[in-house]
Amino acid sequence: MNIKSMIEAAGWPRIIIALFLLFLFLVAPLVDVKISTSVSDTIVRFGRNGVMVLAMVPMIRSGCGLNFGLPLGIIGGILGILISVELELTGMSGFLTALVLGVGFGAVLGWGYGILLNMVKGDEMMIATYVGFSSVAFMSMAWLMLPFKSKAMIWSFGGSGLRTTISMDNYWTNILSDFLSFRFFGQIFPTGMILFFAFMCFLVWLFFRTQTGQAMSAVGQNPDFARASGVNVDKMRIQSVILSTMIGAVGIIVYAQSYGFVQLYLAPLFMAFPAVAAVLLGGASLGRVSIVHVLVGTFLFQGILTMTPSVINSAMSMDISEVIRLIVSNGMIIYALTRRVKEVR
Amino acid sequence: MTDNSTLFRCEGISKSFGESQVLSDVSFSVGAGEVVALVGENGAGKSTLMNICFGMPSIINTGGYSGRLFLDDQHANFKSPKEALEAGIGMVHQEFSLIPGFTGTENILLNREPVISSVLESVFGPRINALDRPKMEERSTAALGKLGVRLDAGEPVSRMPVGHKQFLEIAREIDRSQTRLLVLDEPTAVLTESEASILIEAIRKLASSGLGIIFISHRLREVMELCDKVVVLRDGHKVAEMPTSQTSVREIASYMVLRDKQKGGEADSGGRRDFSNAPIALKVRDLWVEMPGERVNNVSLDVREGEILGLAGLAGQGKLGIPAGIMGLKLSGGSMEFYGRNLPLNNPRQCLESGLAFVSEDRRGVGLLLDETIQMNIAFSALQIKKDFLRSIGPFKLVDDAAMEENAMKYIDLLAIKCNSPLQKAGHLSGGNQQKVCLAKAFTMSPKLLFVSEPTRGIDVGAKELVLNSLRRYNQDSNTTVVVTSSELEELRSVCHRIAVINEGRVAGILPATAPVEDFGLLMSGEGLGDDSGEGAGK
Amino acid sequence: MSTNQIAVPSGHKLETFLLNSIIPIIFLVLSAGAIYLSGYSAPYVIQEMFTRLGRNLFLILALLIPIMAGMGLNFGMVLGAMAGQIALILVVDWAVVGLPGLMLTAIISIPIAIVSGILCGLVLNRAKGSEMVTSLILGFFAKGIYDLTVLYGMGSIIPISSPDLVLSRGFGIRNAVSLIETRGALDQMIMLNIKGIQIPLGTYLIIALFALLIVWFRRTKLGQDMRAVSQSMTVAQAAGINVDRTRLIAIVISTVLAGFGQIIYLQNMGTLSTYNSQDQAGMYAIAALLVGGASVTRATLVNAVVGVLLFHILFFSAPMAGKAIAGKAEIGEYFRVFVAYGVIAAALVLHAWRRRRGEALAARMASAQQAQAEGGTA
Repeated sequence: MNIKSMIEAAGWPRIIIALFLLFLFLVAPLVDVKISTSVSDTIVRFGRNGVMVLAMVPMIRSGCGLNFGLPLGIIGGILGILISVELELTGMSGFLTALVLGVGFGAVLGWGYGILLNMVKGDEMMIATYVGFSSVAFMSMAWLMLPFKSKAMIWSFGGSGLRTTISMDNYWTNILSDFLSFRFFGQIFPTGMILFFAFMCFLVWLFFRTQTGQAMSAVGQNPDFARASGVNVDKMRIQSVILSTMIGAVGIIVYAQSYGFVQLYLAPLFMAFPAVAAVLLGGASLGRVSIVHVLVGTFLFQGILTMTPSVINSAMSMDISEVIRLIVSNGMIIYALTRRVKEVR
Repeated sequence: MTDNSTLFRCEGISKSFGESQVLSDVSFSVGAGEVVALVGENGAGKSTLMNICFGMPSIINTGGYSGRLFLDDQHANFKSPKEALEAGIGMVHQEFSLIPGFTGTENILLNREPVISSVLESVFGPRINALDRPKMEERSTAALGKLGVRLDAGEPVSRMPVGHKQFLEIAREIDRSQTRLLVLDEPTAVLTESEASILIEAIRKLASSGLGIIFISHRLREVMELCDKVVVLRDGHKVAEMPTSQTSVREIASYMVLRDKQKGGEADSGGRRDFSNAPIALKVRDLWVEMPGERVNNVSLDVREGEILGLAGLAGQGKLGIPAGIMGLKLSGGSMEFYGRNLPLNNPRQCLESGLAFVSEDRRGVGLLLDETIQMNIAFSALQIKKDFLRSIGPFKLVDDAAMEENAMKYIDLLAIKCNSPLQKAGHLSGGNQQKVCLAKAFTMSPKLLFVSEPTRGIDVGAKELVLNSLRRYNQDSNTTVVVTSSELEELRSVCHRIAVINEGRVAGILPATAPVEDFGLLMSGEGLGDDSGEGAGK
Repeated sequence: MSTNQIAVPSGHKLETFLLNSIIPIIFLVLSAGAIYLSGYSAPYVIQEMFTRLGRNLFLILALLIPIMAGMGLNFGMVLGAMAGQIALILVVDWAVVGLPGLMLTAIISIPIAIVSGILCGLVLNRAKGSEMVTSLILGFFAKGIYDLTVLYGMGSIIPISSPDLVLSRGFGIRNAVSLIETRGALDQMIMLNIKGIQIPLGTYLIIALFALLIVWFRRTKLGQDMRAVSQSMTVAQAAGINVDRTRLIAIVISTVLAGFGQIIYLQNMGTLSTYNSQDQAGMYAIAALLVGGASVTRATLVNAVVGVLLFHILFFSAPMAGKAIAGKAEIGEYFRVFVAYGVIAAALVLHAWRRRRGEALAARMASAQQAQAEGGTA
């Protein structure tokens, strides 16, 4: 394979970002940024965000487009976490309870969301975005009203209503990350979290090797073909949305155990965009995605987010991480959207 | 009606797309006030010829053409439709190009609206001028007046009947004051008989005002009624040009379908069996199918066990809609029975489970997953319907690559699919090999009844024979009933036992494959076979 | 041929009317309930309505032309708002105040808006069929560029002299820019006072002028072309209309108008929230238009006016109503965020659903026509 076709296969944005990341790693020592810290940060954030990026896969596969409705899965996961905390479950039992409940809520929300998306075929992405937004706003009202009692979660003054940020420290912060973790160049390697992410990836990969998984892929690639082969297109789409939403729920729980906090109210509003951008950066498009895209994309995206601020801060003493995040992630999404025309057969 | 001055003339037009020659040395002329019919089967080269006359990009971008066009004895070489329009050639296409929410008037004057100039024009350009509505009305009324039809041009097109839309299209061309040659591509295809006769009257009126008209149609009776002259194309050659007064529907029909090599000959009938006593495999009653461009109106048909039945007919007459409707790919109604058991319509899964299979004419759109491997494509339907090619690993049932590969290898051998390996992507194969993959997918289902639509469309000669042979063999070896739909009559005559001709969404008649070829031509053109051979049409 | 008209079922018209006005009706009820619960006095509510009409209506006008051109809700109008804000910051720095200041701001915003409008239009032409989601993301992307310009570029590359504007670190604009000297310059130009209720007639006149321009615009050749493009790009292209250029012009006009709208909005507010104002401008303008009964494909001036009134009544009374219901003002605040997002979601769902239903209906009508035709020939 010659260089030109390799570049075309990888796509320009990916190469630019990868080279930029490489450049940052090279420059880092010159501006007194410790490489080991940066690498370690990147790995932690890779594991922390990876599952949410993975939540893009089923919906892209089934042709429902980029899952801008990720906040629904996040809400499911948060509900799981809150109930598990309310039950005062700590450690592994607390984490697993949150996981089971979160996945359950995710399934229910995903089912409704899937039915809705079947009603609006062709406009999925726009509607997903606003369904995501409005459900976050709706749940913000719910967080104020729901009768949670745990002192760890409600405002200490005023009595009722959940806090904006809830610490997981007394429950299960780093419960995955600390499993089999080891020191590596003075930094802690979050073995358990990476393994869990790998395991989730494996499950998804496995699923797409089953009859149902194959049918789902066929629906995404060519609905007419799928229908002609006796596949129920609408049912497959709903199942893919349920799956994406459940994985999204797992994603926020993994995120919370690593981050140490759960953020409520309007915090989940924009969480879908970095995940969408990451999977696109990894090489996915509106119609194709693989686990490799998830892994590569998450690594590149989180790498940029970690390295840019630390290098630029040290070099020019200004923090432009937020601006970089906006430009890179949304730029990536626009790139994918404007390429859509060519990909349509 | 006809005067002697030649308005438009083609001389020695030839055109090839890559290897395939679609037009060779075609010449004809149209006089002012003359109506010339251009007839021929699909693929005879009518559209290509008209595209050349209209300077379409599809011609320019594929290497142009050879031969010369003359307008008023002046050499004309249009490089874009715009030039052709300006030179005075108007074309009304088969698909309506009207804006649905606009009124008739707005459509007639689309992008040629008269405006009221204002000072703003010098700053913002002419598009900032307001439209001159009264003048628009005036011009649309005038154009419709020339056509001699009355319709409410103030109404939105979306609420108009199809016939009116056709008039608007023509009126749009007439409004161009320079239009002198009008090309009408199957203008009556979508019209009812009464609408069609109004249209024909209107065309006569236009011709008498001095316009030259090229009338493309397969309705030979209309051609006889309306036109002064008929030009018949077949396989890119002009095979006949004669005044309508000196010919008959039957003669035109035979020119359309008759190939030189089989002139008067018989289709090969060796080993043809008689199936009239075989049990009925599939019984279809009152089938209608909602398929754009291939609508089926009312078809009743019996397919007998073990036979190969052909569905013939010109494009757009509904032959392709029949299998698509039966298999549930397009919305359909009516009833059907498979071996005496009722089979619901609009349910692809149940059809497949009952033992029907379908190879679609739309290989890339319906037949294949272009990004998947050959082996997955071949196995997919059987995997979904029969749960073949799965193996259990622990609690999971995963796809069995080895079994899929084995199956794919079998068909790669059997059908001589040219590929590097069964893991090659289906999208990378040539048309003929893609078609073989589609067949292999259907064979893997081991169906009792197989529908194959346009099995040889767009594939080369060698592959054609192979595909047809594999169908014959499959039919004989496993006694599978086969229904082949094809635009190529000769192909059907060589593989089928019986052939049903579909016209205007109905069965025009069913003939043995050995029937004379002119009979097929007549049925395809919507003409009955006359009194002598009405037997087959009594379905 | 007269029989070819397909009879519309009698229940259909009422159903269509209800479907078209379902959102305004719901909001009428919600707004009435919210006013009642909030306990605000009538004069206060009326005053707020007049103020908010002047403040917000112009921004909504910016949305009408892309809808006419079939490009849906132009979420990219935030680009125009940003252009307006950049112009405003510069003019405040140059200390041109009052009405002349506003005029200068408007003039300076035009080239910025045109350039960003062209870029936006070029991108949207590459994403036909998914204009809305693309313009939404484009808005987020532009926010990145805007932040980069204002937060890092201004005071360093772009000279800003006034220390009041610049962050203490020496570059970048502060989070809030006071427009105290320009505040209300347009509103106060002709201020009507009827029984204690202030009506900013100057602003209304400007709005009316532009509304008339839009009405006139619909009758021009360009407006006709936009309508044609919105219904069928292929037919329009075949008829020789330059589709891409027409769409581009629609977006540029929208962006420029959004810039003006944002300037009018900010002169009324009196402070520029440097990094947030534009987001709210876009979201609330779109939500308000939809509340007024507009859809993705159809929007009128009436929709705009009704929308502003209904949406903003709910908007300002929601916190107090929330307090009255649940004892918490935050509920009301989240409620209005929910309403803004929710109404957009609902309108999009309704649009998509109606379109699919329309397609099905069209197919059925075609069959019916065919069937009738058959009946005629048989």
